[in-house]
Amino acid sequence: MLTCKDFLRELSDYLDESLDKEIRAKLEKHIAECPNCWVIADTTRKTIKIYKGMDAYPVPVDVQSRLMAALEKKMAAKK
Amino acid sequence: MTVSSQANVEESTLVAQARDGNTRAFGELVRRYEGKIFRLAQHITQNREDAEDVLQETFMKAYEHLDQFQGNSKFYTWIVRIAVNQALMKLRRRKTDKSVSLDETIDTGEDTIVREIAAWDENPEQKFSREELGGVLDTAIQSLEPLYRSVFVLRDMEELSTEETAEALNLSVPAVKSRLLRARLQLREKLTRYFKRKGDDAFAYL
Repeated sequence: MLTCKDFLRELSDYLDESLDKEIRAKLEKHIAECPNCWVIADTTRKTIKIYKGMDAYPVPVDVQSRLMAALEKKMAAKK
Repeated sequence: MTVSSQANVEESTLVAQARDGNTRAFGELVRRYEGKIFRLAQHITQNREDAEDVLQETFMKAYEHLDQFQGNSKFYTWIVRIAVNQALMKLRRRKTDKSVSLDETIDTGEDTIVREIAAWDENPEQKFSREELGGVLDTAIQSLEPLYRSVFVLRDMEELSTEETAEALNLSVPAVKSRLLRARLQLREKLTRYFKRKGDDAFAYL
């Protein structure tokens, strides 16, 4: 019998769908019967999804020009 | 380096050209990856100014050490590694930040403790404005140890593979996996405070 501890240990691979069929089936059977683990799996999946969609600031134009200017200087020196 | 006629050129070709001193080829590599590097630098340092420095330092260093790039890995993984190192160094320099510890955490093999178990709505983030959501996500990710945060950022936000993440962070694959699990569970725990379905507190799950 799979315990909640076993389930938790496999959670990442389960969510990444990188487990073989047999273990996956066991884990699925476990969450079908264990509401706690179902909630943990579901909310962890949502956590990942929310962070994936998180915005970041684009590179500001002045930062970009500074970088390019610094690189050009370095490249010219190397030539 | 402003006009790009190299947008469709293979990465390996660009790297080879850049090594031969073709500055436009290197410029194209910068253009391809600057957004991604800036993004991951923001997520790891949690600071705009530091992220700007990291961006600049990363490409300067990459250019300086281009002859050391072996070509065994992708150029992107290689610059991610440089960027993560720069970002972690920034954090190390922020000495006032007591939460920063870059030493390897001793892996006791204990499972991450799960305290909060409450169901969330289907799209709980929709209840928050963009600004509020950004604040919640930032606060949660800031509370992770830098190395856990880095693993999470590379695996789950930048979508690098486990192997690429291991390479970029100089960790073993099992170390990446155990840190990723903990980072995910810790974030889940923190977000549950904001995202749990109303009324679910009443359930005595544990």
